[in-house]
Amino acid sequence: MSHATGTIVGVNGNMLTVAFEGAVGQNEVGYAKIGDLGLMAEIVRIRGNLADMQVFEDTTDLTVGGTVDFTGDLLSVELGPGLLKGIYDGLQNPLPDLAEECGFFLQRGMYMDSLDRSAKWDFTPKASPGDTVTAGEILGTVPEGIFEHAIMVPFAFKGTFTVETVAPAGSYTIEKTIAQLKDEAGNSVDVCMFQRWPVKMPITAYAERLRPTEPLVTQVRIVDTFFPVARGGTYCIPGPFGAGKTVLQQITSRNAEVDIVVIAACGERAGEVVETLREFPELTDPRTGKSLMDRTVIICNTSSMPVAAREASVYTGVTIAGYYRLMGLDVLLLADSTSRWAQALRETSGRLEEIPGEEAFPAYLESVIASFYERGGIVRLKDGRSGSITIGGTVSPAGGNFDEPVTQATLKVVGAFHGLSRSRSDARRYPAIDPLDSWSKYNTVVDNEVVAFAADLLRRGTEVGQMMKVVGEEGTSDDDFIMYLKAEYLDAVYLQQNAYDTVDGATPAERQKQVFGVIAEILKSSMTFEDKDAARRFFHELTQLTRDWNRLKTDQDGFKEAQARLDKAVSEVSKNA
Amino acid sequence: MHKVYHHVERIAGNVITIRADNVKYRELAEVTSRHGSSLAQVIRLEHGEVSLQVFAGSRGVATDARVRFLGHAMQVPFSDALLGRAFTGGVQPRDNGPTLTENLTNIGGPSVNPSKRIIPCKMVRTGIPMIDVFNTLVESQKLPIFARAGEPYNPLLARIALQAEVDVIILGGMGLKHDDYLTFRDTLEESGALSRTVMFVHTAADPVVECLLVPDISLAVAEQFALEGKRVLVLLTDMTNFADAMKEIAITMEQIPSNRGYPGDLYSQLASRYEKAVDFDTAGSITILAATTMPGDDVTHPVPDNTGYITEGQFYLRNARIEPFGSLSRLKQQVNGDTRDDHRTIMDTMIQLYAGYKETTEKQSMGFRMSEWDNRLLKYGERFESEMMDLSVNIPLEEALDLGWKILAECFDPVETGIHSELIDAFWPSNGQKPEAVAVASD
Ligand SMILES: Nc1ncnc2c1ncn2[C@@H]1O[C@H](COP(=O)(O)OP(=O)(O)O)[C@@H](O)[C@H]1O
Ligand SMILES: [Mg+2]
Repeated sequence: MSHATGTIVGVNGNMLTVAFEGAVGQNEVGYAKIGDLGLMAEIVRIRGNLADMQVFEDTTDLTVGGTVDFTGDLLSVELGPGLLKGIYDGLQNPLPDLAEECGFFLQRGMYMDSLDRSAKWDFTPKASPGDTVTAGEILGTVPEGIFEHAIMVPFAFKGTFTVETVAPAGSYTIEKTIAQLKDEAGNSVDVCMFQRWPVKMPITAYAERLRPTEPLVTQVRIVDTFFPVARGGTYCIPGPFGAGKTVLQQITSRNAEVDIVVIAACGERAGEVVETLREFPELTDPRTGKSLMDRTVIICNTSSMPVAAREASVYTGVTIAGYYRLMGLDVLLLADSTSRWAQALRETSGRLEEIPGEEAFPAYLESVIASFYERGGIVRLKDGRSGSITIGGTVSPAGGNFDEPVTQATLKVVGAFHGLSRSRSDARRYPAIDPLDSWSKYNTVVDNEVVAFAADLLRRGTEVGQMMKVVGEEGTSDDDFIMYLKAEYLDAVYLQQNAYDTVDGATPAERQKQVFGVIAEILKSSMTFEDKDAARRFFHELTQLTRDWNRLKTDQDGFKEAQARLDKAVSEVSKNA
Repeated sequence: MHKVYHHVERIAGNVITIRADNVKYRELAEVTSRHGSSLAQVIRLEHGEVSLQVFAGSRGVATDARVRFLGHAMQVPFSDALLGRAFTGGVQPRDNGPTLTENLTNIGGPSVNPSKRIIPCKMVRTGIPMIDVFNTLVESQKLPIFARAGEPYNPLLARIALQAEVDVIILGGMGLKHDDYLTFRDTLEESGALSRTVMFVHTAADPVVECLLVPDISLAVAEQFALEGKRVLVLLTDMTNFADAMKEIAITMEQIPSNRGYPGDLYSQLASRYEKAVDFDTAGSITILAATTMPGDDVTHPVPDNTGYITEGQFYLRNARIEPFGSLSRLKQQVNGDTRDDHRTIMDTMIQLYAGYKETTEKQSMGFRMSEWDNRLLKYGERFESEMMDLSVNIPLEEALDLGWKILAECFDPVETGIHSELIDAFWPSNGQKPEAVAVASD
């Protein structure tokens, strides 16, 4: 089938207007030519015989009258073994390969295979001739690092197929046919070890969606205990610049108890991704003993890379996540920052001269955000197992004000909200998740009732703190003052966590249960002091003891003793009940 | 031979529109009228119409102006002959030196492949405790100074430039007062740094479009030096003027503004400049320090706000002091773990206590009784401000850390600082004696 061609009639920033002949479709990809160079572009609007196309590259040197070759395809990614450890740009070009080819700088018009065509994979057949299969069912597996990577019936296959042949166990490249299937009409189709999938379409080759219930342990105490995330759930981290969104995502990408992490670095600093891609290969995943990189895919379309590809990058990320979910794995997709993607939509919308909504974002912003987060979720596979995509997105609100379109649209659709506050980050209270503002609809890793008690104490303690600014310490009752100190103590030793300490930086669920139990007992005990200064001094000491305790491994010498010291200190000031 | 056109269809703001064929997007043209000649750049192609942004402004451009296309986008000459020289935003000599035309290199080139970057790891010493101790500057960092107009951000830039050990200094001035330009030049000259400096200066009196070129030109030159293995420090002042120049063009082009008149791509535009900061795998580096004035002293104004989301931290300059709150070097943890064992703890503790001091001064101003603890905080805060924050303090990092322990020890008991016991044992000055730097087994 031959595809349409077009002629450029306008260039405005990264937006082309193209007069075409033949048929083209919305979101179809075409290449705008400068000599031999073809710049990838996507149709975003069609009016009469004019198509508006956003170019995924710098448009310098394009001319009116230039040619555009359409492909008939939508923007797609390659799915197959070899994605893990991958470092890709927003269009799934492998960045290390590009560097080898082009050196220091990204060269426009340079596109490379996402998956290595020469690598061989040890294939084990799982289906047999005569089996009937549908999209997403397993034909065989190959080992990919620590996982059994399933080679599935391509997701685009509609209806039921009969397996005619399956390749015997052996070592094959991804382009090798490993099975022949016959469709309902009797046509044979070849299947190899990889497939393409259009990024903007959800992959739905599973049996059904389930409700997310089980906690996804991030090892960040304030998250798991107070504002938990669920496997297959969604959450967002809005916060002003410098409040700690990226650091929070970075530590989550290291410590979260999931199988695979897809990091979509979307329109923010390149340096931050560099940290991940240089450090992960050196770090061991305590759960597997292997390199952290083995479970990671990085999609990297940072702020100075082309804006249209930034929009594509979050979809590329979620499509790869969706692929691994169908293998029965738990995948965590971290997108930093969804605001940059929304801004990319705004830039496009502006160049199309669409009627702007609030802050010039397009009117369809909300539905685009909603349908993106809808691509998360836990599903039951056709073989009964389950797999999940958990999506965590940061939001970078203009002026740090959450009353802006992207934050508001996101809050409507996510299951947990980790709002970072400027005042907490200024006071170096990290992670700067605001304990009074944030919420979660998911289940905590500790006892619900104790969390409710602690949250109440925090609220009341903070109120006392506020009051004290007006009436002074002398106008505050001793009981209220102790409540205030208890809230400060809970904040200092439990909500705050030192991300750079190897022990304190990651608290497993078991330890959270234990520590939170001890701290809750302390908070519940009623205490008496000579005066306020004595109370303050006591809590200073208690804080120090507890912080020292937080820095000890549970199986380390001194851990039990440190806990005993805490108990003793508390019993000395406790009233006999 | 490139085509020449003689008929201007429309003139609006600094943008002229002509009808022309085979023109490339972003191509340069020379626009000549009776009143003079200027370069111009293609910013929009629409059917047969070509819109150009005239660098010298459209004032005096006539409908019969001569428009000659040059076949290429904006370029800048690059060689060592740039060193010690000063140019305008249009790369015309601002000194008495010759015009340079050799070895032209494109500006606004593609971004660095992230996989060719390395993690920054070299501290830039400034001798300013508020930077070295609390927000360490790192080679290849991009960092703005947020300040109200009138704060001494230009002297601060110059001071850092002179103290930092770099091979090349590039000054990009945008809307710079002529006096300030001369001050920069004289300061650099007096300290002998002029011969490793290149200046691209747009002053408030120059055409606004030239202001737009300054960051790209400065950074293109910086990139070439860095590729030769040089450590380059780029000073940009003032990026708010650059953003305002962009706003002007956007409004002329009838773009829909997103926030207070600024174009929706303000973030991307600023980012593509700041992201030029880099530490190259196997070559040199570019560090960017950029003054960003805050209109109305409001950090939520779109220019500082978008900048903060892009840069690797920011220094707030207020009342001629670098504020500890809000100021941030995001790269500090890349280097402050290897300086001295107590660096991070001193940094965190002193700031937390200073926050306590601020609360106490609030209480004090409301007339509340000061507790014993409040009195300690008050004593501490005053010493912190005069001995650490004052910009005239100029001491090496290690001395500043020792000073930190001294101030803490003279104001508090060890437990009140919340510092963990190991460090207290190693560093807490006993009997007011100077602490000894003892290595602590790291965990
Ligand atoms: N959990 C944390 N522990 C210690 N420091 C932190 C933490 N989170 C953030 N920071 C500090 O704040 C800086 C900015 O954090 P970052 O995550 O980059 O902010 P954002 O992405 O919200 O702009 C970091 O460079 C670090 O210095
Ligand atoms: Mg960030």
